Amino acid sequence: MSNFTKDAVQKLSAFLNEPEWMLEFRLKAFEVYENTLMPTIKEEAWRRTNLRQMKFNEFGPSINGDAATDSEIPSFLGEQLTEDKVGGNLLQIDGVTQQYEISDELTAQGVIFCDMHTAVSQHPDLVKKYFMTEGVKVTEGKFAALHGAFWRGGTFLYVPRNVRADAPLHTVLWSVNGRTFTHTLVVLETGAEAIFMDEYASADGDAQGLHNGVIELLVGDNANLVYAGLQDFGQNVWQFNHERGRVGRDGKLDWVTSIMGTRLTKAFQTLELDQPGSWGRMSGIFFTNGRQHLDMDTEQNHNAADTVSDLLYKGALREKSRVVWQGMIKALPDSQRIDGFQANRNLMLDQTARADSIPGLEIEADDVRCTHASAIGKLDEEEIFYLMSRGIPRETAVEMSVQGFFDPLMRRIPFEGIRTRIFDRIVEKIG
Amino acid sequence: MTAALEVKNLHASVADQPILKGIDLLVKQGEVHALMGPNGSGKSTLAFTLAGHPAYETTAGQVIFDGEDLLEMEADERSRAGLFLAFQYPAAVPGVTLAKFLRQTINSRMQAKDPDSKGISIPAFRRFLTEKMNLLGIDPKFAGRYLNEGFSGGEKKRVEILQMATVEPKIAIMDETDSGLDIDALRIVSEGANRLHKELNMGVLIITHYQRILDYVKPDHVHIMFDGRIVESGGPELALKLEEEGYDWIRAKYGVAEEA
Ligand SMILES: Nc1ncnc2c1ncn2[C@@H]1O[C@H](COP(=O)(O)OP(=O)(O)OP(=O)(O)O)[C@@H](O)[C@H]1O
Ligand SMILES: [Mg+2]
Repeated sequence: MSNFTKDAVQKLSAFLNEPEWMLEFRLKAFEVYENTLMPTIKEEAWRRTNLRQMKFNEFGPSINGDAATDSEIPSFLGEQLTEDKVGGNLLQIDGVTQQYEISDELTAQGVIFCDMHTAVSQHPDLVKKYFMTEGVKVTEGKFAALHGAFWRGGTFLYVPRNVRADAPLHTVLWSVNGRTFTHTLVVLETGAEAIFMDEYASADGDAQGLHNGVIELLVGDNANLVYAGLQDFGQNVWQFNHERGRVGRDGKLDWVTSIMGTRLTKAFQTLELDQPGSWGRMSGIFFTNGRQHLDMDTEQNHNAADTVSDLLYKGALREKSRVVWQGMIKALPDSQRIDGFQANRNLMLDQTARADSIPGLEIEADDVRCTHASAIGKLDEEEIFYLMSRGIPRETAVEMSVQGFFDPLMRRIPFEGIRTRIFDRIVEKIG
Repeated sequence: MTAALEVKNLHASVADQPILKGIDLLVKQGEVHALMGPNGSGKSTLAFTLAGHPAYETTAGQVIFDGEDLLEMEADERSRAGLFLAFQYPAAVPGVTLAKFLRQTINSRMQAKDPDSKGISIPAFRRFLTEKMNLLGIDPKFAGRYLNEGFSGGEKKRVEILQMATVEPKIAIMDETDSGLDIDALRIVSEGANRLHKELNMGVLIITHYQRILDYVKPDHVHIMFDGRIVESGGPELALKLEEEGYDWIRAKYGVAEEA
């Protein structure tokens, strides 16, 4: 028997003291969830990701967050909160806020940065308008619907018209109970600017865990968002994410994704370039080992003329891990003079790992420039020898080479402290 | 005590193909040797074999470096023992900046001596690097560029010498460091090598096809390699003879007739 019941939806909403409209939203989503079958490998999008070993009935909603305390957060995550000059910090465990601060400057600017539940109670009009309406919809799949019904925690960031957020924002979502349903909603009004680091992590655990997240990045006309979603869950976690960025006229979205953890991740990441001059860049950094399975479906939708998208996903693979990247660039008939690029490069550190790269184009306009590339490579032994010939031990040479592989993408992460942490994680994974 | 590189009857193969067929060579610290020879005679193969490239398999012979069995060491140990190879075609290392790389070469040395060493401090390293780059006429901007990526042929060669100046070897092999250099760069690079030779008493083995680098870095000994062997050794006059006459006399004396 599944723990995801209508009764559980009502309990969660009541526990959170939610207004009627949110309960209704959840119940509608639950209906969609109930009417949608669990995906199987017979569906094209799930052809390479088998859920047979997932113990779905052992999962359940996170209603009270199981009373976790912030003493259970590894200290390095806490330290990070004070390291760089950050304007807002949010730390949650299993969707429950543990630490929260926002600078006076940001508040004075009218920037809203808070957890999603606070947003529901204090900024209902904004949430009603943007929550799973323009970005991700509950009808997109079983896990989008599940999220709509059981979402818990996450961040709301709103930057008003022509405001350039005074300092970067940072959220850390830590999980102890292995049940997280976090929701990230970013809304940048016309001409607004912000930088936001969104981290997800947990320790390794024995029992299977679930992360069922949604990320919505709504970038208005002339607005500019740098968003980095950095995931490092334990390798017991099964992750199902729906993520969508939308960019208005002459707007810019610089979107970085780093994936280090989970047993299995299936992520749908879609970039919508809606108006002439929209620009979007998607950068992916991942490193899998053990039996990790990572399946990313990316879409770059050029919905208007004169739009530019640029996707580069790079990963390193070890042991028996498997990575699937399936990318699609789409252009509507009127989307002339667009420039779309997608590339996936994988570094195979062991022969036992497996990577599938499936680029795709669906172009209905004729005056376009669309290119894709995918490459699978091994460590370059000439490079390693060159480094060693200067006195650098092999182990260090390999680390440098792998770090070098990621470096051009790492430079797109705006925080030194976070870059260092990812680098350390990569070194740890090289083993 | 001065160190020496002592090669005795060295045989080496690449891809099961015998290339070095019995090399004998003695280079002492403080000496300058030139190694010349036609294309394909095995000069770079000798350099790679000495540096410890994994593709080059030693099938017979011995190499003693500074009193130790060089062939027993990994490439990184050979470097830390004081042997340096300036590559004929240096590899690019995308994603690793020149500065990060040079700092690691220093740190690896410090950590080999003391595993707890934190390495050279960033300010000290910056000072060190600025000075060395100035001496070799390398634009400071190169420090932040990825190692050898998109460097011109001449820039790569200068950077090889910068590396040599950074690790301060006892004996350096310079494999055609002069090729691809413009006239000014040749002078600067040669001065760089001479400085290390004089200040550190560095021994040098210069692999070259041309006399011109030898006008700057003056060899005490010149060797001619042919078909995997050193067939002639002499003084500086040997290089001048080659410049005049080419290799025909070597082929006539030691080789089979050149293939038509
Ligand atoms: N990795 C390799 N695989 C196969 N053959 C090789 C390899 N490396 C070297 N050789 C062969 O070994 C021989 C010697 O090559 P080497 O590069 O040592 O010559 P060289 O004297 O340095 O020539 P040059 O003056 O052109 O630089 C050549 O015939 C070359 O083709
Ligand atoms: Mg050569």
